[in-house]
Amino acid sequence: MKYTPHTEADIAAMLSFLEKSSLHDLFADIPCDALCNKEMKLPPPLAEMEVRKRCEELAGKNVKYSSSFLGAGSYRHFIPSAVKTITSRSEFYTAYTPYQAEASQGTLQAIFEFQSFMCLLTGMEVANASLYDGSTAVAEAATLAMGETRRKKLIVSQSLHPEYREVLSTYLGTGERAEIVPLPHKDGTVDIESLKSLVDKTTAAVIVQNPNFFGALEPVQEIAAIAKSAGAISVLAVAEPYSLGLLKAPGKLGIDIVVGECQSFGIPRGFGGPLLGFMATQGRYMRRIPGRLCGKTVDKDGQEGFVLTLQAREQHIRRDKASSNICSNEALCALAATVHLSLIGRKGLREVAEQNIKKAHYAAEKISGIKGFSRKFKSPFFNEFVIQCPHDASRLIAELDGKGIAAGVDLGRLYPDMKDCLLVCVTEMTAREEMDRLAGALSELSAPAVV
Amino acid sequence: MLIFEKSSPGRTGYSLPKLDVPDAPLADLMPGDMIDEEGKPLPEVSELDVVRHYTKLSQKNFSVDSHFYPLGSCTMKYNPKINEDMAALPGFAELHPYQSEGSVQGALELLHQLERFFCELTAMDRFTLQPAAGAHGELTALMMTKAYFNHRKEKRSIILVPDSAHGTNPASAAMAGFSVVQVKSNDKGNVDLADLERLLTDDVACLMMTNPNTLGLFEVDILKISEMVHGKGSLLYYDGANLNATLGKVRPGDMGFDIMHINPHKTFSTPHGGGGPGAGPVGARGELVKFLPVPLVNYDESKKSYSLHFDEPLSIGRMRAFYGNFLVLVKAFTYIISLGREGLLDVAHLSVLNANYLMKALSKSFHLPYDRTCMHEFVLSIKDWKSEGIHTLDVAKRLLDYGFHAPTIYFPLIVEEAMMIEPTETESKEMLDDFVQALICIREEILSEPAVVHDAPHKMPVKRLDDVVAARKPVLRWDPNA
Repeated sequence: MKYTPHTEADIAAMLSFLEKSSLHDLFADIPCDALCNKEMKLPPPLAEMEVRKRCEELAGKNVKYSSSFLGAGSYRHFIPSAVKTITSRSEFYTAYTPYQAEASQGTLQAIFEFQSFMCLLTGMEVANASLYDGSTAVAEAATLAMGETRRKKLIVSQSLHPEYREVLSTYLGTGERAEIVPLPHKDGTVDIESLKSLVDKTTAAVIVQNPNFFGALEPVQEIAAIAKSAGAISVLAVAEPYSLGLLKAPGKLGIDIVVGECQSFGIPRGFGGPLLGFMATQGRYMRRIPGRLCGKTVDKDGQEGFVLTLQAREQHIRRDKASSNICSNEALCALAATVHLSLIGRKGLREVAEQNIKKAHYAAEKISGIKGFSRKFKSPFFNEFVIQCPHDASRLIAELDGKGIAAGVDLGRLYPDMKDCLLVCVTEMTAREEMDRLAGALSELSAPAVV
Repeated sequence: MLIFEKSSPGRTGYSLPKLDVPDAPLADLMPGDMIDEEGKPLPEVSELDVVRHYTKLSQKNFSVDSHFYPLGSCTMKYNPKINEDMAALPGFAELHPYQSEGSVQGALELLHQLERFFCELTAMDRFTLQPAAGAHGELTALMMTKAYFNHRKEKRSIILVPDSAHGTNPASAAMAGFSVVQVKSNDKGNVDLADLERLLTDDVACLMMTNPNTLGLFEVDILKISEMVHGKGSLLYYDGANLNATLGKVRPGDMGFDIMHINPHKTFSTPHGGGGPGAGPVGARGELVKFLPVPLVNYDESKKSYSLHFDEPLSIGRMRAFYGNFLVLVKAFTYIISLGREGLLDVAHLSVLNANYLMKALSKSFHLPYDRTCMHEFVLSIKDWKSEGIHTLDVAKRLLDYGFHAPTIYFPLIVEEAMMIEPTETESKEMLDDFVQALICIREEILSEPAVVHDAPHKMPVKRLDDVVAARKPVLRWDPNA
């Protein structure tokens, strides 16, 4: 299949206009003798139906589980059909960054509404047009905090998503730019006494996640207050934003910067990408925020409209002095989240969040009632929890995989001292029968004959 | 009107099944002081309200599917529809990143094969598909550059970038902890070799180049530059923003580049989405491969299976959570197997043909600062019309009235009143002719009634918007209390 419209006659006419005898003549600037037309092992063209067949064959090699309890930063939530209806409109998906504002009012207003939604959810005053994902958003927040405080120490909770921590360490961990200090957890949430002893006048930021990687609810207000007492910036990562349907807005708890991941709002899991990172801050950091910002303005007749604004922070203006190098972000994902949040509305957000917490508690109780299985931590949790198993979680996962159940995440992969721990996620999509089936399968495993 | 302003208490666009587990009071499940009793003030609207609101918004956009979009350096080519369908296959879209490896063999095979395609097209040894965008790829590659020299115990602190470089180049270099030094362009629009010679010290880690560069011109001295850079032990970086021009024709690795990134949302037809999601795969050759982020996707011949490979002691680590913008990569894969080797070579040939055709057709009426065969794009200057009080911005806005998206303007920075035009290979000769006609009409308007151009646009949903007002008193959100 090809997508070029040129007929032989077109090419001949255009070459003749250019006074060239062949297409190859257009490449005369390339030292072609040395370089051009190397043999490349690429397949021949395929017709559209052959392309479809090949892709379907690959997709078909992936296993679809009858039930899945996987979360850990990528969540299965219901996506109303209307979300796809809007994001499939090619006026949105085939447009580029709205540099020509007058011809991009649709994209710009959608970004403005996304920024507004992020502020409403987080209780913050400014939010950007999106970042790549939750992990890079954390790294951007740390960079902002170091620039603002002119300090280098980052206190990073060990209950922050391990992959977010890895990314933070790739971005800032080498050399002398930052000092990353791990903050231990105690019974699954931040160890407050450790935090108090670690925070000092050299601390740029305290970075925690809520609900944290174990699904547990952190004492956010207390953490923010401890950071503030040392003049450090408190950064809260939110990987499961549906939790904000129940939890108080972090901005009202003293948090300075909220970053995280909005995949939960209308974006399929997609094997981990694309995702939707976001950053929302108190107003005082407005001129340090990375990435694009959309603002309201007026046209020459005084009519309201939207433009990209405060661009003096950005790479295309400030080059090496920019607040970040980010250019393309995740605009279409931000549109999906905007439509998703519009559909669920005030009441829907609360109801979905309530079903998540209630169902997760049902599952936790059911599983911890099985002999040999128990909840690892006593801390309150939202829609994920850690189960301590009678043997290695990896073995259990492999057993259940064969039965079409993705039982959860093997925490031993990420925390060497938690090899017998399973991270289980339950959402509004998880039917009671699935939880009962999981519990049934686990109790079979715990029976002595099998173990 | 904003969606928030259409809210009416009690309306909803969402439904949930009844709770199928025993109900319990919230206060039994979590500490009462954490509960937000007020709720978040999201809008309350019906599904039709939402669909109509966003459908109407979409109609205020220009897009590739509705308008010619000759935005230079952005490669706004047609986005084939099958790409979207393939990325939406449940076997891809519904995969969780932490599923067992055995359950995602199809996805890993796709990633592995896509990596092989990229290697063939660029003469790199391996690619990471993890970075989420072009600039993210740049940052990845520069962190690898840093790690490479650290490993060799060489202290090199400078990244050279040509003065025509994209803004992301210096921004990424600074973010990776380097300082940035600019190399001049010569009067042919290529890197000035004397200036490069002068700046190329033992402290230079890398020269970042876009080739063809942002003037749309091939760096004719590339082999000499490669020799100079490598002679100093420095690396040569290829910014893949303009890969479209030479796809299947000449490969970065063969030109001497050591490390590079690709923009699948430019070269490989994945949609730009109004500003993302894109992707930014990074390729490396030789020694540099060891520094690629983890995980990589490996194939085990004996087990006939694909796996995620984490154990690379010199790797810079992870650049983002999980494995990259997978569904974007599915679209790039779909495009490559659709076009095949011949189709990809056509991309280079016809994008360069279109650009040269357009450039020559416009050269009679417009100033061409670099009058030589271009590659996939070219730069015009509108500076001759400044006496009429008309600037590039005015011409760009007037083009919108004629139904064309404006080219990239005021970039590259080295051309006064620049207008950077990239037609791409998917546009027909008729469309290019229409675009030429529109620009010629605008030229006439400037002479006969400049106010029409100066006050443009006239036919858009809004008139010319005021950037100064937006920046002076920023309003960046809807405030429920305002």
